[in-house]
Amino acid sequence: MTERDRNNGTEHIDPQVAETDGGTAVSTDSVDAALNDVETKGVAGYNYAYLDEHTKREVRRAMLKAVAIPGHQVPYASRPMPLARGWGTGGIQASLSLLGPTDTFKVIDQGADESVNAANIRRLAADTADVETTTDTTAADVIQSRHRIPEEVLTDEQRLVLQVPITDALRKVDPSDAANRRRHAHQNYGKMWVHLYENVVEYGEINIASRYPTMVAGRYLMDPSPIPRWDVTKLDDADHLTILAAGREARIYAVPPHTSVEPLAFEDRAFTVERFSGQACHACGSTDTYLVEVSEENEGDFETRYACNDSSFCAKRRENPDLPKDHHLDQSGVDWGPGTPDSDMGGETE
Amino acid sequence: MTILDASGIQTIYGPGCSECLNTTGDHAGTNQCPHCGSVVACADADLSVKSGEVLGIVGESGSGKSSLAETLALERDPEATTDGKVSYAGYDRNLLDVDYQTRHSLRTSEIAFVHQHIRDGLDLDFTGGGNVAEKLLSAGWRSYEDVRERVRELFEATEIPLARMDDPTRTYSGGMQRRVQIARALATDPELVVLDEPTTGLDVSVQARVLDMFRRVQREEGVAAVVVSHDLGVVRLLADRTLVMRHGRIIESGLTDRIMEDPHHEYTQTLINSVI
Amino acid sequence: MNMLTVDGLTKTFDMHVLGDTQVVGLDDVSFDVREGEFLAIVGESGSGKSSLLKCLYRTYEPTDGRVVYHYGDEEVDLASCGDRTVMALRGDTIGYTSQFLDEIPRVPAVDVVARPMVEQGTPTEVAREQARALLDALHVPENLWAAYPATFSGGERQRVNLAQALAPKPDLLLLDEPTSALDPETRHAAIDLLESYLGAETTVIGVFHNTDVVQTVADRVVVLDDGNLREIIPVDEYDGNLRGVASEPDGSVPEPNGGTN
Repeated sequence: MTERDRNNGTEHIDPQVAETDGGTAVSTDSVDAALNDVETKGVAGYNYAYLDEHTKREVRRAMLKAVAIPGHQVPYASRPMPLARGWGTGGIQASLSLLGPTDTFKVIDQGADESVNAANIRRLAADTADVETTTDTTAADVIQSRHRIPEEVLTDEQRLVLQVPITDALRKVDPSDAANRRRHAHQNYGKMWVHLYENVVEYGEINIASRYPTMVAGRYLMDPSPIPRWDVTKLDDADHLTILAAGREARIYAVPPHTSVEPLAFEDRAFTVERFSGQACHACGSTDTYLVEVSEENEGDFETRYACNDSSFCAKRRENPDLPKDHHLDQSGVDWGPGTPDSDMGGETE
Repeated sequence: MTILDASGIQTIYGPGCSECLNTTGDHAGTNQCPHCGSVVACADADLSVKSGEVLGIVGESGSGKSSLAETLALERDPEATTDGKVSYAGYDRNLLDVDYQTRHSLRTSEIAFVHQHIRDGLDLDFTGGGNVAEKLLSAGWRSYEDVRERVRELFEATEIPLARMDDPTRTYSGGMQRRVQIARALATDPELVVLDEPTTGLDVSVQARVLDMFRRVQREEGVAAVVVSHDLGVVRLLADRTLVMRHGRIIESGLTDRIMEDPHHEYTQTLINSVI
Repeated sequence: MNMLTVDGLTKTFDMHVLGDTQVVGLDDVSFDVREGEFLAIVGESGSGKSSLLKCLYRTYEPTDGRVVYHYGDEEVDLASCGDRTVMALRGDTIGYTSQFLDEIPRVPAVDVVARPMVEQGTPTEVAREQARALLDALHVPENLWAAYPATFSGGERQRVNLAQALAPKPDLLLLDEPTSALDPETRHAAIDLLESYLGAETTVIGVFHNTDVVQTVADRVVVLDDGNLREIIPVDEYDGNLRGVASEPDGSVPEPNGGTN
């Protein structure tokens, strides 16, 4: 009942049709009836980019603080989103706060543009922020990604938003957030080093596969989100801005352009990226990209093949197998992650 | 050379009032202020430790010995108000006033503390070697092999079987855990080690071996030590000089054998005569 | 040249636990000790012999008087100097064996003896060799050298203690009944070692109850009686007559600090 109704007192309310302020009238007999009545996408009445201006302002302020203190986790009041926690609500809030009507938006999930989740996020942005969307990394202004950094080099005009499940690298060695906050404040990372030491004791080398601990600007220990080791080096001295956002944990942190990001390692047990000995992508033949195993049933047997994880780059490579990762830039031989021409991480298979 | 100089050390739990110091101590027979209820854990404590020396601190429960030891080791109890001055060789500031970074750096490389309760001093989920390595890694060691080698050296010096080096510390016996604490304390070659009741929780035969080991290592390395114990035997074995504390005050001090054989203060005489 | 000047040394014990009773251990004792001499201290049980040595070593804190130790051009009053001065002198400058055989537990005999030499800077193996030689000279059986003295007989422990005090060749050696538990033959070996191992410049002050030993080794004899210095005489004038004191085989003496030491 609206206040108008209460005040009038004598108005008769038709139970079939409800009156709402600024909304769409729909039948109320049943959920199906209401859904059948809706003709638009149902986002009428929402602010530009879904979030209200105050929220976007707060998220941007958090991002600015994060940029000012690279690697430091900045708390923010994470809003409920039309997506469950754990599915990128932090990333969405960051992206929606960054996007403007002239921006082009790319969303990938584990390297793939086509996943249901990526598609939904893309659609939400297109519907509420009226942005163009793309699968082409080189054409995007804002890229939101879960657990990958694209193969193609990002420029200083692009912004990368990474979805983060667990924001604190120290959580592995101590579940107490209060204790960890003190450690970050005092740059007291001894326990993480012991974790690395014990990893080497057990495996002979540092065997951490994802969420590899890194030092940002020589000051804060950062969890780079569950990107593979392959992608960690791309954060170091990058041209682009990386925002890392967590919706459930309500924290945002950032790696500004040209900031040092150093994976923790011993002098005599170096940081190494994943090795794909002798493998190539079965679709495009690349040997210098991050590959994933694909098992397919083929005449009763399971066949394991390798494929590029970055599906949009793979598509480009299928057209042009020699396409370099910095093909879209004016300068050549850009050092960015394994497999770009000048990178000393190689990425070539043995 | 004097390693550590402490003067006017005072630790009070509670609000404190103007009567606290007058109404507590040896003559008052209590360490609790009758006016405001604050506990004067220790007060008026002055002492110094020279390079290579071992200072014993004996007393019974409530004597203030652990409080004093913690202050000397720059451990901070947020519930207590600590005053006084602690000087350490090479630093001209009062160590009780320095910032966290300086304190942490000192505690990592110069002044080591062996806690009475294992849980306060070790992370039981890490391996024994890992606990010792933590000291080194916090001090900036970045070569894995160097760390391993030093951990092995320390395990040997403290008589812990090398075969257990990579087992979780929670699987160690009490005596071995105490040895890990000592190995960890010695890791970065500190100038001073403070032991707080090093025999707590250990069987008698284990106590003996741990103390002997510490005695040997202390003499070999020439590291200064402060040993706090209610057990006179521990102090007699390890300490060159001894302080006797009661109700938060130092009531007597001198050469260990002099305290044991020619005690002056009435309480000290009672203490010495009480030894079984 | 005087090495030690004892001047008005007094030791009184305040026994708080006995209702503040005062027990006089030493009363106004004065004497000089010449460098290189062997001074024997004799007296009845309770006369203050052990107390005297303990006051010199600072195990007891003298109540009054001075104990001036001369070394080179320096001198220090051991009765009143700081603890650290005493600590610095103990061991290689002033050595001491207690009448009571308090062992450092769980250290093998050879290491007990070697330790003071190691602390002087002698390499461990060299010190151990010298330690073995000393134990051998005192007829300590070889199979005991690696064993813990706590398990030894009184005589064996006494010899380990003596070897330990001798090892660093101190300038002044204070011995409290160092041969009381030894049979005559071993006692002779100990005396021989004292004479051969230490140089002529070593000064020894020893408490002995055995007249033969005193007559063999001492230069002068200090006779104590009830805390007082009765007389100090050249050894030739000493005949063992102390007004009724007989040689006691075990030498245990009740000391005034409330229990037997």
